[in-house]
Amino acid sequence: MIALLIRDLRLAMRAGGGFGLGLAFFLIVVTLVPFGVGPQSELLARIASGILWLGALLACLLSLDRIFALDWEDGSLDLLATAPLPMEAVVSVKALAHWLTTGLPLVLSTPLFGLLLSLPQAGYGPLVLSLMLGTPALSVIGTFGAALTVGLKRGGLLLSLLVLPLYVPTLIFGAEMARRGAEGLTYSTPLLMLAGITCGTIALLPFASAAVLKVNLR
Amino acid sequence: MSLNVSDLTIARGGIKVLEAVSFVLDPGRALVLRGPNGIGKTTLLRTVAGLQPPLAGSVAAEADSLVYSGHSDGIKATLTVTENLDFWASVFGQNDIAPAIAAFQLERLSTRPAGALSAGQKRRLGLARLLVTGRPIWVLDEPTVSLDTDAVAMFADAVRSHLAQGGSALIATHIDLGLPEAQILDVGPFRARAMEADDFDEAFL
Repeated sequence: MIALLIRDLRLAMRAGGGFGLGLAFFLIVVTLVPFGVGPQSELLARIASGILWLGALLACLLSLDRIFALDWEDGSLDLLATAPLPMEAVVSVKALAHWLTTGLPLVLSTPLFGLLLSLPQAGYGPLVLSLMLGTPALSVIGTFGAALTVGLKRGGLLLSLLVLPLYVPTLIFGAEMARRGAEGLTYSTPLLMLAGITCGTIALLPFASAAVLKVNLR
Repeated sequence: MSLNVSDLTIARGGIKVLEAVSFVLDPGRALVLRGPNGIGKTTLLRTVAGLQPPLAGSVAAEADSLVYSGHSDGIKATLTVTENLDFWASVFGQNDIAPAIAAFQLERLSTRPAGALSAGQKRRLGLARLLVTGRPIWVLDEPTVSLDTDAVAMFADAVRSHLAQGGSALIATHIDLGLPEAQILDVGPFRARAMEADDFDEAFL
């Protein structure tokens, strides 16, 4: 399992691996928003947490189709399916690698991007915490979508259509938690909901992804 | 450690291709599958490897004893030859890749990214992967595609030493591998009568 994780991280770092792609996309979205809505800092401060959550979500979506498509094309997925690793472990490791290369850099760079949107000072902690709790769910749900569409040529659009509705609960509670934090309100209820959703997806979805992948490999 | 295939009926895309295939592959033996394109050799091998379920019949082998090698080699272009082999070795719980590199004469290529190899060299790397898995039963689908005559001889030597160590190999191929001791199974007579599979849903799965 560790070998697979190391290989995936190494592939992401090498040429054409896509590491940093989501981050660059996130940066562009966040920089474009003030151009779109105008440079009023009170307005920006009000929408900052929502925009940052939306940007992180879209950046996550960008790299989902790479999770299995590349391994499917070069035959590695067939070979992994016949290897001693259970398929559930393969999909969990893939989701973890996706989170480490996409979700985690987003979480760590959010404070910087919050500055660009003049996020109120009280909002930084809850925003980073909400992304930290929410982005693993985005990766796990995305892995399920990627498993569903593996083998389809140019399945990227279909993947987005399948996955985005599943992202709604995470987005609602994540953005709500960040908004309440920015306004200085208590945010323990959305925090618990968000953490619950993430734990639930991590516990259940790898089994669904593995089952779907086995069917798709036939 | 023998592979026992009995009364196997398999389908591709919801259409039955082969019916009632039976054979036994004992340790130390090689079995070469022959038959025209589209007869279902690949489907048979994928079924034996457990990648798809059979319509009927059974494949009996000891758990974790098979290794499958298909049309594509499962090589990552941006990893070097050594990194590729190291990865597969650790997935299969092995750690010595030197014999595999030696058997397919990859020493001089070992630090090159796999993407910079020629088609034949990639295939040699793909076959070297079989040696690092340490599994006794090899299930190979056209292993000699894009290999030159020297490399085919290398492959035949690798199979021979694998058989000598008590392993076995099931190989689908169209060419002469230079393995006179291998049994040959022509799958032509097992061709299924043209008829759709009973399970209608299967066509959509």
